[in-house]
Amino acid sequence: MPDTARGLRHVEHVMGTVFSFDIRDEPTPAIRFALTEAVRQLHEVDAVFSTYRSDSHISRLDRGEIHLDDCPPEVHEVLSLCAQAAHVTDGWFSVIPAGALDPSGLVKGWATEAASRLLHEAGAHHTCVNGGGDLQIRGRASPGTPWRIGIAHPLHRGRLATVITADHDLAVATSGTAERGAHILDPHTGTPVTAFASLTLIGPALALTDTYATAAFARGDGARDWVETLDGYEALAVLPDGQEWRTPGFRRYGS
Amino acid sequence: MRRAVLATTGISTLVVSLLALKPHQPQGLVGMPPRSPTAPSSPRTPGTSGPGTSTGTGTFTGDPIDTRYGTVQVAATLSQGKITSITVLQAPDRGGRDQQISSYALPRLTEEAIGAQSAHIDAVSGASYTSQGYIESLQSALDQAHA
Repeated sequence: MPDTARGLRHVEHVMGTVFSFDIRDEPTPAIRFALTEAVRQLHEVDAVFSTYRSDSHISRLDRGEIHLDDCPPEVHEVLSLCAQAAHVTDGWFSVIPAGALDPSGLVKGWATEAASRLLHEAGAHHTCVNGGGDLQIRGRASPGTPWRIGIAHPLHRGRLATVITADHDLAVATSGTAERGAHILDPHTGTPVTAFASLTLIGPALALTDTYATAAFARGDGARDWVETLDGYEALAVLPDGQEWRTPGFRRYGS
Repeated sequence: MRRAVLATTGISTLVVSLLALKPHQPQGLVGMPPRSPTAPSSPRTPGTSGPGTSTGTGTFTGDPIDTRYGTVQVAATLSQGKITSITVLQAPDRGGRDQQISSYALPRLTEEAIGAQSAHIDAVSGASYTSQGYIESLQSALDQAHA
């Protein structure tokens, strides 16, 4: 049965971006069910957390129409993670980046990580879940073959900045201006940050890796020293003039 | 609209680079590693295959991939494992930006994919949307060719 040997792929347009699932394990009924459930949960997360939907819990919470106790438990979990991230990043990640309650900077990575975990619990141990360009990777691409992850070059769109190889669980998040323009705000001044063209962070799990990537981007010149204080995280930055820097451990991942 | 067109062009160029990237070790066909050592060797025979259904020869239809801009679907024709042509079966066509994708970006992607024959990247951090749709559909067509 060739189909079962080829794994399982799915692409879903949700949360304003593209999520893709690349499952390399034999797709058992349990894994197929978990994939369906993961996709359903992404839509549910969007309905609860979207700041573009006036009827989402987050929007209603921000307007003071409901209280935290009226929200599903996921809202508590996300806002707790946001508080933790704000603490670890010395306030460079903010849950009110533009003055209104907006945990979007954490939610997408958190939802991607949760989807990956759901698949893992169903027996899919070799997966890549891509949430709009931010990745949660598990296991290997195939036995003996690591995952190969290209990092889009933010300035030379005809090129990759580098390729990462990974044969274990890993999160890869890239914050940058290439696809969406300058959209990361300095939480202290409310102005767009322009110190980097892009900043890629590698870490263990995507919710915090993605959030820390955003915070490092916002931090600008202090980002390198800050990332080096974090245990288990490595960074690659591309500056607007094309110069690059990497934290020492980044080279373990291939380049 | 002009800005959107430029953005789309940028994305397409990115894909071109991905498809053009050389793998560390040249591999057979288009660089896909075997998914599993236990993978069956008998080829899957899609309905659109040509007369020669040996592995890597024939026409293979990729999965339709939904993107923000619409559905992208391609079919790849291979001879002895090499891509000889790619046909875009479905492309976004609902507006000016979509037409840019259809008339400009996708032919360029096709040209580069045929020229490169190699890219093996499992995923990309920092890219999404149409380019990913094209890659996903082409990849699924190639997966069939290698099955």
